[in-house]
Amino acid sequence: MGEKPLSRRTFLSAAGIAGLSAPLLAACGTSGPGDSGAKGGGKTLQAWVLVDQAQNRVQQGAITDFNKASASKVKLLPISSDGAAYTDKLRVGMGSPNPPDIFFNWGSGSIRNYVQTGGLVDLGPKLSSDTAWKNSFLPSVLDAGKIDGKYYGIPLRGMQPVILFYNKTLFAEQGQKPPATFDDLLKLVDFFKSKSIQPFALGGLDQWPNLMWLEYLVERTGGPSVFENIAAGKPGAWQDPAITTALQQIRDLVDRGAFGTNFNSVNYVKDGAGLLFAKGKAAMHLMGTWEVSNQVDRHKSFAAKDLSFAPFPLVTGGKGDPNAVVGNPTNYFSVSTKSADKDAAIDFLKKEMSSGAYVDALIKTGDVPAVAGIEGKLGASPQPDFARYVYQLVQKAPSFTLSWDQALAPQLKTPLLSNLQSVFTKKKSPEQFVSAMESVK
Amino acid sequence: MTAAVPVARRRAARAAERGTDRAARPGAVWVLPAVLFFGLFAGLPLVLVAVLSFTSWNGLGTPTFNGLDNWRRLLKDSSVLDSLRISAILTVLSWAVQTPLALLLGVWAAGRQRNRAVLSSVFFLPLLMSTAAIAITWLTLLDPNFGLAAKFGHYIGFPDGNIIGSPRGALACIVVVVTWQFVPFHTLLYQAAARQVPRSLYDAATVDGAGRVRQFRHVTLPQLRNTIVTSSVLMLVGSLTYFETVLILTQGGPGTSTTILPQKMYISAFRDYQMGYASVIALALVALGTALSLLIVRFSGFAKMRSTLEGM
Repeated sequence: MGEKPLSRRTFLSAAGIAGLSAPLLAACGTSGPGDSGAKGGGKTLQAWVLVDQAQNRVQQGAITDFNKASASKVKLLPISSDGAAYTDKLRVGMGSPNPPDIFFNWGSGSIRNYVQTGGLVDLGPKLSSDTAWKNSFLPSVLDAGKIDGKYYGIPLRGMQPVILFYNKTLFAEQGQKPPATFDDLLKLVDFFKSKSIQPFALGGLDQWPNLMWLEYLVERTGGPSVFENIAAGKPGAWQDPAITTALQQIRDLVDRGAFGTNFNSVNYVKDGAGLLFAKGKAAMHLMGTWEVSNQVDRHKSFAAKDLSFAPFPLVTGGKGDPNAVVGNPTNYFSVSTKSADKDAAIDFLKKEMSSGAYVDALIKTGDVPAVAGIEGKLGASPQPDFARYVYQLVQKAPSFTLSWDQALAPQLKTPLLSNLQSVFTKKKSPEQFVSAMESVK
Repeated sequence: MTAAVPVARRRAARAAERGTDRAARPGAVWVLPAVLFFGLFAGLPLVLVAVLSFTSWNGLGTPTFNGLDNWRRLLKDSSVLDSLRISAILTVLSWAVQTPLALLLGVWAAGRQRNRAVLSSVFFLPLLMSTAAIAITWLTLLDPNFGLAAKFGHYIGFPDGNIIGSPRGALACIVVVVTWQFVPFHTLLYQAAARQVPRSLYDAATVDGAGRVRQFRHVTLPQLRNTIVTSSVLMLVGSLTYFETVLILTQGGPGTSTTILPQKMYISAFRDYQMGYASVIALALVALGTALSLLIVRFSGFAKMRSTLEGM
């Protein structure tokens, strides 16, 4: 799921084509538009980002500001189209002699390989020598980008926790309240089912939306340590009882018809699930914060009148803190060790990523930046209530677990998503899921 | 095409009489550009992939040699076997569905009335669209709540429209989409071939009292033999490389029920970052495709280039 925060725009199929051309490029060793030659004393640095009109404008603003006073110039290189194609291209670029100088990423698993091969600059020393810079970010978000205790990424965008969205008009009509506990949630499922309204929208065709359920249920039942053990690769970590419990809860939800019967044919990226929710055919939707901009883009009046949000309910008797969140803390900018001018690249991050102008521009696009002390500014957001809610949610969260598919080693991602889909379709039991995941090497 | 051999022979004989045989033959240097391009863009990558198949490489840094590890893993990997089985099912199904359709359409379209020309150009429309556009269009049609699947699903056993989300339905959808996309191309082949069948054969059959069905069975079909082989090779080998359709429509799901071999290769390379292992799967695909086309060509008598006009 982590790869999709920006892909509320139509999913394009370039993924395949990009993938096919990559090995050839890699083999020839000429990949990555290498344009980092010296120009008039300074160098030209490439900053790779995902294509996103609103975000790219904000990033370009920061670059223009930086270039005014710097000998080395930064150049923005937006790369289409969805998350998967971007990661493929980045991989080829980072494997080539001309990697991007600065690049957009999801932290953790998405850059761990680059760290292991010495491709990324450890930003820790710079952050500790400049505590004002370090303290300008929310600690939980900055820390979520750490790898092996070192900082390799600077928050670049807004925070993207997964949130329980609900249709407040529908809830009011039916005299219901958002669930405080998992038992409440089950009662709501049965209630809406009896009214022939699908309780939850779920884009199961894309597989990653399923993962949000597992992440939250494991977090609430077993606390953050369950996944920390999995991420650390501890033997037997998947056998934690919290995993089995969460999977059984998921099966229970499926059996009760919480997601309807055809959720496996519903997509998220092409607005299948979002449309169900916006049309009032589904009462709730568990999704990342980007669901708001998705709804504002596509179903304006629903977003303005009916869309509301609540924290994920607590599981009675669970070990997890009910304030903990899962999702994508944010996106990060990292710096390559092969950069033509590392100092300029770091200066750019230092000067621009927490600057007032940059934060203001982010807020205007509806993002909630991971920058400390900006409560007063959030009124400028197109959805001020939601912005404040997200900001406080993350601030008081004792832990922020990164989406598992981004946090885990790459070879675990596909089996995780397809095995979980098999649990949702009842082709695999929770126990079979656990043994399948334990056997992935 | 079928008469090429005798004509060429006659021409050569005439040329020999005039003593210009040698001068008329183009030199080997003319194939150089083609050989160079083929070597650079097909031969070299194939060799590199073969080298990669003996290494462990995650796409970064330098590959390290690990001998036959990847190959041993391939033989033990049950998920590859699954993918192979799904690929085989998909190949057989799409061949069995496409061939009769394309054959009948092609023979029909070989007639010369004006309405046929108009209809033919409509049939050929899918040929003009990119695979991605086709897959995205079908994905929208298959939406269980807002697409056609919601309206027509219950006629074909999917009352809730959950066609693409069920293992069988998803596989069937891929066959349907691929058929829709590629039948026009094969129709075009059959149309061209059917137009080459000499009129005199049909005239003779009519004199012998053969009806339309018998004419089709005993004149048209045998005359199209080489085309059937060509089109089948293209279909079977092509179906080993179906990729975008699956990627966009089902992403290999639900579960792994539509993860065909090329999809498995892509996942190994660009999701798991195991380039060495992906190279092994790629080579297996190359071997499979080559073997398949050789087999067809051998057992269909295509290699002998026996003329369909023999005995005329």
